[in-house]
Amino acid sequence: MSHEHASNTKRIWFVFGLLSVVTTVEVILGITKPAALHDNLLLGMNLLNWIFYILTIFKAYYIVWAFMHMEGETPGLRWSVVATVVFLVIYLLFILLIEGDYIFEVFKDSTIKWNF
Amino acid sequence: MGATVTTANTEEKTWGGGNEPLGASYGKLMMWFFIVSDALTFSGFLGAYGFSRFKFIETWPLPDEVFTHFPFMHGVSAPMYYVALMTFILIFSSVTMVLAVDAGHHMNRSKVAFYMFLTIIGGLIFVGSQAWEWKNFIHGEYGAIETKGGSLLQFVDNTGKRVKLEDFAVVLPEEREQLERNKGKWFMSEPALPTYSVAEVQAGFKAHPEILVRTEVIYKDDKATKADATIDHTLSKPKHKTVLTRAESEKRLANAHLVVEGANLVRNEYGSKLFADFFFFITGFHGFHVFSGVVINIIIFFNVLLGTYDKRRTYEMVEKVGLYWHFVDLVWVFVFTVFYLV
Repeated sequence: MSHEHASNTKRIWFVFGLLSVVTTVEVILGITKPAALHDNLLLGMNLLNWIFYILTIFKAYYIVWAFMHMEGETPGLRWSVVATVVFLVIYLLFILLIEGDYIFEVFKDSTIKWNF
Repeated sequence: MGATVTTANTEEKTWGGGNEPLGASYGKLMMWFFIVSDALTFSGFLGAYGFSRFKFIETWPLPDEVFTHFPFMHGVSAPMYYVALMTFILIFSSVTMVLAVDAGHHMNRSKVAFYMFLTIIGGLIFVGSQAWEWKNFIHGEYGAIETKGGSLLQFVDNTGKRVKLEDFAVVLPEEREQLERNKGKWFMSEPALPTYSVAEVQAGFKAHPEILVRTEVIYKDDKATKADATIDHTLSKPKHKTVLTRAESEKRLANAHLVVEGANLVRNEYGSKLFADFFFFITGFHGFHVFSGVVINIIIFFNVLLGTYDKRRTYEMVEKVGLYWHFVDLVWVFVFTVFYLV
């Protein structure tokens, strides 16, 4: 156990500030929806959504590392938790989203009409 | 083969007990196990939401138009502000939780109790906010018409502003009694009737020539859409819902089948039926986590007050519930993005 019992309060408040700023940025972008970001696609998703997802993962990193104190755990524990979740989630999303898009195209291009 | 060399350190008693390769206690490891499996459950839900959204990508409701309420601001369209506030509340209760854990490392009982108390309050405010959000979602605001084919028609005026059913529907001298169990011939009943009948909405629509129908389809800025004569191109904006011309609106409304007000698990006035199902299920499941987190926090809070952890000489229990509480916050970060931002 590597808990050196020094007070972490300074870091905690720093992370809180960081998460608040990121959330504020997200909300401002979500309300204004700048056209330059909203209308330009990168790999099938618009830039605004890319920013949202990247900021979300940025926030998740700080919550897990600072608040859940992952940074103080052994590398073995860190990897078994993070690598498992990250791998399985990417796999799951890959399957589900591609399949969803495929079904959309079936509805759109074939004779099946669902909405009339 | 003589080259086989045993490199394991035989001096150390690897299997003799007391060996902690992960440097964490049993309870903490089990909490991590639970968090990993719960994270995968939530990923499954959010993934399923993404699946359905991709499946109906051209007609999915726009969250900006659904979540527009803020307490004490009636009639003001305030998208995002309320969820942003909820997010801040949850992040802040996460901060007080981690401060409690920090105080626990210093065996400072009164400080742990104080921060645990703040965490519980934050959690309760969050659950209450969610209940209020659900109330607005279930109650609805504008109302809509479902056609025989299952698609949804909403109404706008000639400036493109949404119009409520009550603003134009007429009251016809017709009587439609709700079928209740005691009036049924067999075990028959039906849920509450909408405020207006289909005929009343249709008649009101006829009487108000300025009202147009807005479909679920998201307007695109391409040639095929531009050439479509059934669409009102001045009112429809790219990445927003399509507004139809008056003639086409009349045609679509002739197919009206049901009046939809608010949301339930079967249909909702916002658009795709799955949208409300996912909203109830995912935010409900998350809200249930927050609720159980609050209950667990209260139990630990009383244990702190009773001095249980002083007797144990460790506040690790606070750390374990802290892990759970941060996880709930972590899930909300993703729910917030997936449901309200993108």
